Amino acid sequence: MIASLVREIIFALTRFLVGGNARWIGCGPDQEQRIYFANHASHLDTIILWACLPPTLRRKTHPVAAADYWGRNAFTRFIALDVLNAVLVERAGSRDPLAPLRDVLDKGESLIIFPEGTRGKEVLPGTFKSGLHHLARDYPQAQLVPVYLANLARAYPKGAVVPAPINCVANFGTPLALAEDEDKGAFLERARKAVAGLSGEMQA
Amino acid sequence: MSDTMILLFGGVVAILLFASTVGFILSRRVTSESGRATVDNLNARIKAWWLMIAIFAVAFAFGKIVTVVLFALVSFYCLREFLSISPGRAEDHAAIVWAFYIFIPLQYWLIAVEWRTLFAIAIPVWAFLWLPVMSVLKGETEDFLQRNARIQWALMLTVFCISHAPALLILDIPGFEENFLLLFFLITVVQLSDVLQYVFGKIFGRRKVAPRVSPAKTWEGLVGGGLTASAVGAGLWWITPFAPWQAALMALAIVVAGFVGGLVLSAVKRSLGAKDWGTMIEGHGGAMDRMDSVSFAAPVFFHLTNYFFGA
Repeated sequence: MIASLVREIIFALTRFLVGGNARWIGCGPDQEQRIYFANHASHLDTIILWACLPPTLRRKTHPVAAADYWGRNAFTRFIALDVLNAVLVERAGSRDPLAPLRDVLDKGESLIIFPEGTRGKEVLPGTFKSGLHHLARDYPQAQLVPVYLANLARAYPKGAVVPAPINCVANFGTPLALAEDEDKGAFLERARKAVAGLSGEMQA
Repeated sequence: MSDTMILLFGGVVAILLFASTVGFILSRRVTSESGRATVDNLNARIKAWWLMIAIFAVAFAFGKIVTVVLFALVSFYCLREFLSISPGRAEDHAAIVWAFYIFIPLQYWLIAVEWRTLFAIAIPVWAFLWLPVMSVLKGETEDFLQRNARIQWALMLTVFCISHAPALLILDIPGFEENFLLLFFLITVVQLSDVLQYVFGKIFGRRKVAPRVSPAKTWEGLVGGGLTASAVGAGLWWITPFAPWQAALMALAIVVAGFVGGLVLSAVKRSLGAKDWGTMIEGHGGAMDRMDSVSFAAPVFFHLTNYFFGA
């Protein structure tokens, strides 16, 4: 109850300040099991991308959030787990960091991940970490959907206190899949280029 | 609201009712592809005016503060549109935050408390000097001038220039009390001029004024629409402190300023690679598409009125 109220307030504020419109360019908002992977520029990324999904998809889609940021106190933990439906991962742990992600995919539900691992401030995404490759290899039935989040580095960059009211857009691209004999590096670079390729769609 | 205001709003509602009726009949009659598009565009504009006139009626009924807040929101949306389609870097964040959260409220607060001197210099002097300081502290030199120039232009046009419309309410004109009528005069002439230029251009348009900048603008539209709007402005002399010939010249100044404003902002838009200000939200034009002519006409009308008629 409280979680859904907080969710509506966060969504309303987000829409007023930074817009957050979805553009389904390469695929539609379909009910398939998916791994959305996007460039990472700000803490708003998770909220914007998740808010762009229709409510029916949202219920079965879990953003992946860093435990060291979102799990640091009871409030951020509440926002991440109850409001945003997120799964928390340890960025620097000894056990398999992908374990909570596998749990979600095993249940047939979808994920939102940021394969750069950390927030960048450049327009184009940096190199991707290998987690995306492991998931693509182990869950071939899940569609891999590249997403480009435009303007977020300007609206709410690293270190900023308040978001600037700049319209942000999520461009959803054509799903891709791991090829038969594709090696890890080639796949990750292809995935990165798929996200970068969507950046040009921002200005019509 | 005064009797004059009620009379004027009644007149506008009657004209809009007439326009809506014509639009409805046209939408039934016209069958050709291009005719359809024109009629749809016309009906969309008429709908937008109904909304605009409703908002204005509320603002005028509740007085100065509500009107000022309303224009502050208009500036907010226009500035957001402008900066959203301008390229920039993460390092612009601090300057943009200052522009939105400090300079918009400051500019409109100065109107509300009638602090005329600071109203005139807050953005051209203080924001002009302060924003690049916020930017330079980030230490990023790439495109420094371009990035700051875009923010400065955006703030000048969408906040400073547009704020001159509600600032008409605090002009001190001896022997003239109802300043809301000046705002009514400005908005009516600007909007009429926009639509009449469009209509005259559609019917008689041959020679384009600036084909690369704004292909829809024609000399026939400008002259026909502009002169008609000026004539209507002259006919409204009785709600202003002006004599009929003065009202005609004022309306003409508004028409010319509005026209070049539309032209300049169209060029700005194209240089940013966009066709509409509102491309970020599909299916809707931007707020700036309706405010482009106001941003030029408002300061011109404000200062002409202040110079010739102010205390």
